[in-house]
Formats: sequence, C-alpha cells, structure tokens
Amino acid sequence: MSEAYQPARILNQGSTQEKAEGARLSNFVGAIALSDLISTTLGPKGMDKILQSPSNLLDSTITNDGATILSSIQISNPAAKILIEISKVQDDEIGDGTTSVVVLAGELLKEAEKLIHKRIHPQTIIKGFRLAKNIALKKLKEIAQDHSENEEDLKKYLKKIAMTIFSTKILTPYKSIFADLAVESILRLKGSTNLESIQILKKTGGLLKESYIEEGFVLDKKLGVGQPKRIENAKILVANTSMDYDKIKIFGSRVVVNSSSKLAEIEEEEKKKMLRKCQKIVDHGINVFINRQLIYNLPEQFFTDHGVVSIEHADFAGIERLSLVTGGEIVSTFDHPELVTLGTAKVIEEIMIGEDKLIRFSGCKEPSACTIILRGSSKQILDEAERSLHDGLAVLSQMVKNPKTVLGAGCTEIIMAQAIEEAAKETSGKIQIAMEAFARALTRIPIIIANNAGYDAEQLVSELKTSHYKGNTTFGVDVMNGKVCDVQELGIIESFLVKKGMLLKASEATEMILRVDHIMYSAPRQRGMN
Amino acid sequence: MLRYDSSGKPFIIIRDQDQKERLTGSEARKANILAAMTVANLMKTSIGPLGMDKILVDQDGEVTATNDGATILKNMQVENPIAKLLVELSQGQDDEIGDGTTSVVVLAGALLEESLSLLEKGIHPSKISEGYEKACDIAVKHLISICDKIEFDKENCGSLIKAAKTSLGSKIVNQYTDKIAKISVEAVLAVADLERKDVRFDLIKLEGKTGGTLGETELIDGIIIPKNFSHPQMPKQIKNAKIAILTCPFEPPKPKTGHKLDIDSVKKYKELLEIEQNYFKEMTDLVKKSGATLVLCQWGFDDEANHLLLQKELPSVRWVSGTDIELIAIATGARIVPRFSELTEKKLGKAGMVTEKSIGTTDEKMIVIEKCSNTKTVTILVKGGNKMVVEEGKRSIHDALCVTRNLIKDNRIVYGGGAAEISCSVAVNKASKEIKGIEQYSIRAFSEALLSVPIALASNSGLNSLEAVSEIQLKQMKDKKPFLGIDCLSKGTDNMKEQNVFDTLRGKIQQFLLATQMAKMILKIDDIIRPTGQY
Repeated sequence: MSEAYQPARILNQGSTQEKAEGARLSNFVGAIALSDLISTTLGPKGMDKILQSPSNLLDSTITNDGATILSSIQISNPAAKILIEISKVQDDEIGDGTTSVVVLAGELLKEAEKLIHKRIHPQTIIKGFRLAKNIALKKLKEIAQDHSENEEDLKKYLKKIAMTIFSTKILTPYKSIFADLAVESILRLKGSTNLESIQILKKTGGLLKESYIEEGFVLDKKLGVGQPKRIENAKILVANTSMDYDKIKIFGSRVVVNSSSKLAEIEEEEKKKMLRKCQKIVDHGINVFINRQLIYNLPEQFFTDHGVVSIEHADFAGIERLSLVTGGEIVSTFDHPELVTLGTAKVIEEIMIGEDKLIRFSGCKEPSACTIILRGSSKQILDEAERSLHDGLAVLSQMVKNPKTVLGAGCTEIIMAQAIEEAAKETSGKIQIAMEAFARALTRIPIIIANNAGYDAEQLVSELKTSHYKGNTTFGVDVMNGKVCDVQELGIIESFLVKKGMLLKASEATEMILRVDHIMYSAPRQRGMN
Repeated sequence: MLRYDSSGKPFIIIRDQDQKERLTGSEARKANILAAMTVANLMKTSIGPLGMDKILVDQDGEVTATNDGATILKNMQVENPIAKLLVELSQGQDDEIGDGTTSVVVLAGALLEESLSLLEKGIHPSKISEGYEKACDIAVKHLISICDKIEFDKENCGSLIKAAKTSLGSKIVNQYTDKIAKISVEAVLAVADLERKDVRFDLIKLEGKTGGTLGETELIDGIIIPKNFSHPQMPKQIKNAKIAILTCPFEPPKPKTGHKLDIDSVKKYKELLEIEQNYFKEMTDLVKKSGATLVLCQWGFDDEANHLLLQKELPSVRWVSGTDIELIAIATGARIVPRFSELTEKKLGKAGMVTEKSIGTTDEKMIVIEKCSNTKTVTILVKGGNKMVVEEGKRSIHDALCVTRNLIKDNRIVYGGGAAEISCSVAVNKASKEIKGIEQYSIRAFSEALLSVPIALASNSGLNSLEAVSEIQLKQMKDKKPFLGIDCLSKGTDNMKEQNVFDTLRGKIQQFLLATQMAKMILKIDDIIRPTGQY
C-alpha cells in the first residue's frame, strides 16, 4: 500500500528538477551573478581579470574582453550559460560589446525579478520588454548617423570609433596609434569582412607604442639554408605538396626487396622522382618557392643550386594569405607550368624584429592583406593587445559595410531610455511598469561605467538625464573628468551595429530566461565508465 | 519462489519479495495513474500562447530551452515505465501530426485522473476502457460535425498563414509570428503538390545560424550547405552551374579486398608512379569531359587532385553530407554518381546560381545553390541571438510546417482556444445520458477530462480557469456556437473565428484517439514487477 500513494518518481536517479519560483530564482541568481562579475570590466576605467587555466596554473591570461572572460569560466547554471552564449555570438557577429550585452541582460533580469516580486506575470513583463525594445530600436535607428557618402569623412569616423573601442582596453595610452593601424588595415581589405587577411604578429620586446603596420606582408618563417637573403622581382610559386618523402598514394603498396643492391636502386629511383618534381617546379621559371609542407634537405639543396629560394612549412593560413597577397594560385601538381598563375613581389627579404628573423614580401600585387606587428614587454600584454585589436578590427570591418554611428559615453542609452519612458506614459496597465523597468535597466549602463571610474555615478547620471530633458541630446558622461559634457565634441562615437546587437541580443536572452518556469537537470554523465 | 532440484539444492524461479518490488491490482493501477498525472502536470504550464518554457540540462551540461512538448519529454530522462509510455505518446503525435504534442499528454493525464475516482467507485477498469472508447467515438464524430473548411490556393494562402500563426503563437518566436508564419507557408506551398494534396517535406531544409535576431529568419529559394569550396582560389560564384554529384573520393581507389602490392624492382616502382599520376588525371578529365561546371563530392580530395580541379576550372566542394547530396540531387535533377567512369552529361544537375557567402567576422562560409532546375527546394535559414533560440526557432518552424502540410492534406479545421474541446465535452456529456449502464459514468468522466486542456489554457493565461471555462460552456450551449473559446490574449472577444485561432481537424482527432488509447492501455496494467537494488 505504501508506494502507491507516494508521489511517483519519474526521472532517472541523479536527475533533479526545479519548479516555478525555485526555477526562476535559480535562473535570476545565476544570470545576475554572472553579469555582476563582469560588470566591473565595463567602460574606460573598467578593471581587468586574471584567468588561470585549471590544467596549467602557470598559464594565465589577463584580460578586459567580455567574451574571453566568459568563455573561460566554467559554469553549470543554465541561465548563465545562455548569457555566455549571447556574448559569444556578439563576438562572432560584431566583435565588440561582448561585456555590455551581458551586463544589459543582467540588469534587465534584475528589474524583472523586482517586478515578479510585485506579482506581475512573467509573460506580462515580456510583453512590456518587447514593446520597450521596439521603441528603443526605433529611436536608435533614428539617431544613427550614416556616413556612407563621404569617404574622407568615413575614415575620420572609423578612427573615432576605433579610439572609443580601444579606450576601454589595454591600448588606451596609445589609442591614437592603434586606431590609425586598425583603420589603415581595414581600408586595405576593401569591404571584405574576412579578418583572416590581416595578420597580427606578436613579438615580445619593445613597447606597445612601437607596434606598426608592415608595408607588405610578413611571414614568420625562415629562408632555406645558404640561400640569398634578398630577392628582387620575385616570381613566386605557392604550393601545397609533399617535399619530404613522396610516397606513391596507391593503397597497399609496399617495397619488398631481396638484396641490398635492389634497395639502393629503389632508393635512387625515389631520389630521382623527387628531383624530377623539383625540376618541374624550377621549370615554372620561378625564383621563390613556398610550400605548406616540409621541404627536406635534398630538394632544398636542388633549389639552392638552381637559384630558387625555398620557404618550407608555411601553414594553411599563411599559404592562403600569401596567395592572396602575391596573386599566385596554390599549386599541387606541376605538369602544366603554362596554366599556373605565379605570384609576384618586388622585394623579398629577411628582416629582424627583436631577435627573430622573418621574411618580408613588399611591393606585392594585391595589397589587400597586411601584417600588423605588435610589440610589448610580455606575452600577456601582447595577447591582450591582440584581443583588443581584433575587437577593433572586427567592428571596423562591419562598419565599412554599414557605416552608421551613434554617440557613446552613455548618451545613446539615455536617449533610448527616455524614448521608452515617454512611450510608457501613454501605455496603460502593468505593461507600463515593465517598460519603465526596461528604461531603468538601460540607464544602469552609464551608471556602471561611471561607477567603475570611481565617480558618484547616480549623481552624474541624474545630471545627465536632466541635461537630456533640457534638450542637450548629445550629452554624455566624460569619465576622464567626471563631468557631464557634449559627447559630439569629445568625439566618442560607437558603431550602430554594436548597440543594436547589444539591445536585441540582451532582450532576446532575457525573454528566453523569463519564459522558463521549470528546469530539469539530467544526471551528469558518469565519468570513467567506459 | 524456490524449487529444489533432484539433488536437493534450491534454485530460484522468481526472487524473493524483499529483493523485488511488486505491485498488483489496484495498487499498481494507482501507482501508474499517479506517475502519468505527474508527467501531465509538468506539461500543463506549457500550453497556450502564454505558456511557459522549460530548460533542460542534458548529461553534458548542454542547455535546451523549449516549449515543445515532444522535445521536453524526449530530453527528460525518465525511468518510470508509465512516464516512458507518455513520452512515446507525445512522440507518436509528433511523428504523425507534428503539433499538439503537449495537449495530447495533458489529455491522457486527465483521462487517467478521472478514472481514479471511477476506480474508487468500484468500476472495473475494462468497463472504464469501454466507456472511454465509446466517448471518444462520440467526440470524434462531433468534431467532424462542427469542423469548418478553409479555402486556399497558391496565391491566396491567408488562411494557411493564420493556422501557422496559431501554432507559432505559443513559442518564443511569437514576436515575429507574422513573418515566420508567412515563411513557413511559403516554404510548404513551394514544395506542395496541391492536386495530389501531397507535400514533400524532405525538400524543405531547416538551417540554423547564430547572429541577428529571429526576425531576420529568411526563406531561400534553393539549398544551403555549410561548406566552402575546396580551393581558396576557385570562383565564388557560378552561373548556370552544371553539377556533378559524386560519391567517390578524388583519391586512388582503395579496393575493399585486402591486398598487398609488392615493389621489388625499379621498373615496378616507375610503373606504379605512372599509374598513380594517371589516376588523378583520368578522374579530373572524366569530370571535365562530362561538361560539369561544379563538382560536389561526398568524400575528400587529394591535394594533387584538388589542384588539378582548380587548373581545369572545376569549382568543387568536398565532404558534402549524405542528406545534402540527396537533397541537391532531387532539386537539380542530378544523378548521384558512384564512379567517375559513369559520369555523363545526362547525369548532371542544373542550378541557376551557386555562390559562396561568408558571414560575420569569423571565417565561416556557406554555399547557396539557387534556382534549381527540377523541383522546387527551399531552405529556411533561422537566425537568432544565441544557439538556444535558434534551436527553439527551428523546432517551432517545424511545427508550423507540419500544421500547414496537414491543412493541405485535409483542409478541415476546428477552432482553437479550447473551443473544440469544450464543444466536444458538452456533446459527450449530453450523449452520456442516453446510454445505459455503468458506462455512463466513464463517458461522463471523459467529458470532464476533455475540459483539462481549456482549463490549463485559461489558468496559464492568468484567468480564473474554472470560471472562464464554465462560462464558455454555458455560452456554447446557449448560442450553439462551437467556435467560442478562451480569450487567452485578452483581445476582448471569445469568438475564435474572429481571432483566427484554429487547429487542424486531423491533429485534434489524432490527439483524442492517441490519448484514449494510452489511457486504456495504462488502465489495463495490474501488475508491476521490477527488481530493486538496481536503482
């Protein structure tokens, strides 16, 4: 009799579930904790975090980049996982704003939690948030300035945007230098968003401000032994072929010999085969040969004898960039030299950066790929500089496609918040409360930025709000001086896409988390079973 | 249970009671019913446009957030045998109809809940079953009598879109229902054969991509494969492509029989080398000769072959998945060719435009094949701010596609918002009074159980559920209007005809039949034997 009246256990052993309020609480706690954790990195005066890898304690990363921090922390809370995911997508899609998207989602959830305590149904909150989001988006589109017409103008704005991005990162002191670097290399891409063609080489030693953009292309490889260190008017063959030992690719073949003389014969034949291949390569009329795979001593010797410079083991990305830069195609067979397009470069030479030898290709056909050389005093600094630079490049590359800007420094958030508040006044019912909550969450972002800078944030932001009400809609928070001032004059400009991505992704994630009233956890997979 | 063999040693037939849990008779039935009710209650909150979602965390910590009954149940790790049956039930509805997977479980749970009190009255389970069976018949007949027909054709598909919208209304995509419903209907109509009332579902491909929002979901007239061209210097756009589809690798053949090829002299070595070189040439020559301008291959390429393809100006894609290959073959009219020697011009497929596109800041690429010659094939590219949203979007669109397909097969509809259930409940209740015997009780119980779905709907919408349902019941009886339902979204009318909320007749009937069947099956069980200690 006993079992029949006990609540039946449905799930597997070890599986757990959280229902209704419990589930909601667990979602809020997880998501808000995550956003609080990362909110201190927001803004020009945000702090960095040290990430230590669990496997190797010596391997640590110091960063300010939201996506990097979030992808490194291990989390089991499902709602927090959703936030990590949006930050990752923001990174993939636009490149920057990875912290603000999570912080905004966290603030929205904080507001939603308060509303739920007031007994407002999650679906009502969602409805209000949606309305508010649409209003904010409309306003955002309205205030966005389009710079697609004037090319000179565009360049100026690109630089400003890059400066805004870099001002929150380790590059702050040299943001002007790096902004120039980023704009220069992006304009070379001519509208392509493939950041693979911009190579970032990190070389320890020197100072960050000594970083520069290399005219031409730099390959982090060495020239073959005994070959000239400088080649002018190079004709380049870019190849992907095996130059170590070239076995016959027929399944099941093997060499069986019954005497050492025969072995020698076959060895000789193998050698000849390789040399024939080398001869074919040389017959292309080239003086530089670059291979993705290794080049053994024998062919290298052959090339040296025939006056061809060989470069071995240039990896996949290197090869693709090289073919892009020099205009040559990647070759794997060598029977038809007449069909092969060779790459060209005016000068190829070995250069020294710090202590390392590198190969520089200058005067190439297509200058669409380029190399940025980063200098810095430690590996951590270089890594962080690379991440920051990458963020900047990613945003700029998207900007070229869609050159719309909005004002930074919390100005845009306040404008959106006020538009929502205006609209909320005309909406009756509980939805109004939800809309106001959305506006409050948006206002929290400048507050957090000012807070991180150590100012009386609430005071500053309320001053900011007042000046907006008075009609100074270009005002924002100047975190360098702790004052409210005209952002347009300061030149703090952000990409429209970053803001739009932040708004849409944060509200989508919030909605998703709010809709949940039940969490079911499966039993963790048993480790070491098989 | 012990027996003794000839030498007097005991051996066990069924293990002792303390080793084994066994429930019999009414105890077993009650345990089963409770289990089923637990599952049904779990699902109740997901019903309707204001239903909530569930987060499922799987064994590896991956998160799924969903509103789809079938998905929730499938990913829940259930061990209770009855709960497993309900999972199957929802799966059955999903396979057959594609929508209404939550309601069917809730209905089955309610039927069992009602039977609990009948059992307490001392009614034999098989009598209850018979009553349910009869009641179900009545309900289905009533459904058919109240159904409406909707009219549509290729140009005028407004009514289909409305149906798709009802299905999408309860999901996270409901912000963009207008757009997504339209996409779903267009996709189905593109592949539908209205005369034969047949929809080739395999010609609709759902592809997900993070980035953007759900509102940017788009319909592409063609096929997307998440691959790139095998050589970075191949052209990124091919017009009027003639497509060769190969399922053999561009590599020297590997016979399946084991063999060894011994090289014992220089001559043999040279011969072999020549054979190898020729293989590649022959392959690419054969492809070129057939007149193909694009090669899609299920397998990999050797570097040398890859370069030869580039040299012969044959853009090619490697490692295309088997299902994609089949889809492209159907769409472009190509034949899938397993050997190079069998490639002829006739076997090539045609497509107006093939392009490689890159997305976002990462190096992700996809190949879009458009304007295919043969059949219409469409891809719905679902976008969203995160992986979970995209996955849920795909599931929701799948449901909407199913609804549209069902309407094309059978254009009869019943009204949603609980209207159909309430109307059936009234009809069954009325009919019960004309039936003699104990069955009357179970038929009445069935009519009560039918109300479970509208009640859940009303309570999820924040209404006073029992009051709202009884009000509609009264109105329906008084006005004889079977299209009055619960006004979930507070639109100010309970007329579902005006709100354009409707379900397919097929789906509803299927729900009733499956739920009744399941309830009958569970009622029939009177013994549960399971070994303990295992858990």
